[in-house]
Amino acid sequence: MRKTLLQGLLHRPLTEPPPRIDDPTVVTLARELDAAAQKKLGRSLAIREVDAGSCNGCELEIHALGNAFYDLERFGLRFVASPRHADVLLVTGPVTRNMREALLRTYAAAPAPKWVVAAGACACDGGEFATSAHCTAGVGAVLPVDVTIAGCPPTPLDLLRGLLTLFVQRP
Amino acid sequence: MTSWDDAVARLVDGSATLLSLWGEREAVHLALLHEGEVVHLGFACRDGRYPSLGREHPPAIRLERAARDLYGLDPVGLPDSRPWLDHGPEPTAYPFLPVEGEHLHQIPVGPVHAGIIEPGHFRFTCDGETVVRLEERLGYVHRGVEALMQGAALEKAARLAGRINGDSTVAYALAFARAVEQATATVPPPRAVWLRAVMAEIERIANHLGDVGAICNDAAFSLMQAHCAILRERVLRAAATCFRHRLMMDAIVPGGVARDLAPDGAETLRALLHEVRTRFPPLVNLYDATASLQDRTVGTGVLRTELARRFGAGGFVGRASGRDFDARRTPGYAPYDMLTFDVPVLSEGDVNARVWVRIKEITQSVNLIGQMLDRMPDGELRVAVGAQPGEGLALVEGFRGDVLVWLRLAEGRVQHCHARDPSWFQWPLLEAAIEGNIVADFPLCNKSFNCSYAGHDL
Repeated sequence: MRKTLLQGLLHRPLTEPPPRIDDPTVVTLARELDAAAQKKLGRSLAIREVDAGSCNGCELEIHALGNAFYDLERFGLRFVASPRHADVLLVTGPVTRNMREALLRTYAAAPAPKWVVAAGACACDGGEFATSAHCTAGVGAVLPVDVTIAGCPPTPLDLLRGLLTLFVQRP
Repeated sequence: MTSWDDAVARLVDGSATLLSLWGEREAVHLALLHEGEVVHLGFACRDGRYPSLGREHPPAIRLERAARDLYGLDPVGLPDSRPWLDHGPEPTAYPFLPVEGEHLHQIPVGPVHAGIIEPGHFRFTCDGETVVRLEERLGYVHRGVEALMQGAALEKAARLAGRINGDSTVAYALAFARAVEQATATVPPPRAVWLRAVMAEIERIANHLGDVGAICNDAAFSLMQAHCAILRERVLRAAATCFRHRLMMDAIVPGGVARDLAPDGAETLRALLHEVRTRFPPLVNLYDATASLQDRTVGTGVLRTELARRFGAGGFVGRASGRDFDARRTPGYAPYDMLTFDVPVLSEGDVNARVWVRIKEITQSVNLIGQMLDRMPDGELRVAVGAQPGEGLALVEGFRGDVLVWLRLAEGRVQHCHARDPSWFQWPLLEAAIEGNIVADFPLCNKSFNCSYAGHDL
């Protein structure tokens, strides 16, 4: 184990440079975000992830945000285990009928002020499941959504850009 | 074997293994594995009733409950009358099975879990720290896949199939494509067949790497997680370079593949194989030589061979408990009949055995991709799919186990499609494996099974 740890110290970090704040995607998404919300948000956010009917593709990519390449925590963003500790709900999936109640309860359990990020095609508008009788057409039909992140699934960089818009101040 | 009674008798005496049971309006279907062959049987039940198989063969219980929810088919004699996938208007009103005894307490967990994972509910009944009984409640991710498939054009249906279960999108797309090709007597071009297998092995490696790290993380050994996650990321980046999508979604289509290997694909993959061959063995040594980690994984969550066989547990869950089955070999499909590979089987059935089967499978998949790159045929990527109506069934070995897809086509559209995830038979076994373990070992056991919620809930 000592050898593995030592090698870790000697290697160059794998971490990618952060996406630029003037990246067109960040700018566009930030414009959509409520100005009042931006005032309230600091430089550190606790995120509670809720799978509301995803195929697990989005979860895999959200997981990847924690690896050495994306290192989410360097931005002050971290995933928390309880909605009671969360500032942001990161919701994936088209919101199935069977998850609707659980999603509403999770939202109610998060203290205000709170923001909702809809991640992935299903969460944005229902995606491939938009016409299903067993789903609503995306998170927006159930909760007020502040930021949407497109992609099926969004890549970790897409997710990072989307989450960073929560920090970008409007010019 | 053509009669319902005969099929039931063979399942009960263990000479056949249940592959799936599913419904449609006025019919119930059975798929069995008998002497290395997949047997599909359909039975009309115009009054919406059929004799329950689950009454005599428990692996069928949840499938029968699902068929009742989806198509109103009544399995006469099934002792469990509760819904399964349909949670109804009152999702919290679900009668869990009673557990009786002194000093017992219950721990409800989910559907929203503490980590970044799919939703499901676990109801633990414990005596102190020891789990006396676990009861699962699933169906939260039920999106109505089968209903959406009905009447869908092939292109739309293929996209849906690739999103039944995102971590196994390649396996599902492959199973769907092969079932369509069987139904329409379409022969995909050789290069497409080989590229599909390359994708399937990349998917297997990526998932195994992620889970080996995650299992160690659930034993509070985050160093393995950090290193495995780096390797997994490299695999996904190589997949994006080769097939223009990190998870390779929509790359496999009925009739062939939608994209060729990128011009620098072979080179990228060879570099990746080298990376995994060099970086992974030291991590395996680390896993094997860390006593505190071994203390958690060895002897934990034991699944008995007899149960694994009875439930036809697929993938590493079955193979870690002595069930020597791999759909790539039996019934087998191209191009694996032209390739050399081992199917690692262990008998201990604990968390450690499941980790080791996956470690060994990573090595096998790395070798398989190497062989395929050396012998990759040239030629066409895709042929037009025939328009004739028909039925098709395919069994594909995903990273988690055998994925089954059955479908019926008419007028170039899907009339009915059923997809059965390996998790259907693994979830109930998790309930058995956790019994007598401590609550704190549940995440470890659960991750070592890593059953799918989306694939199961449909």
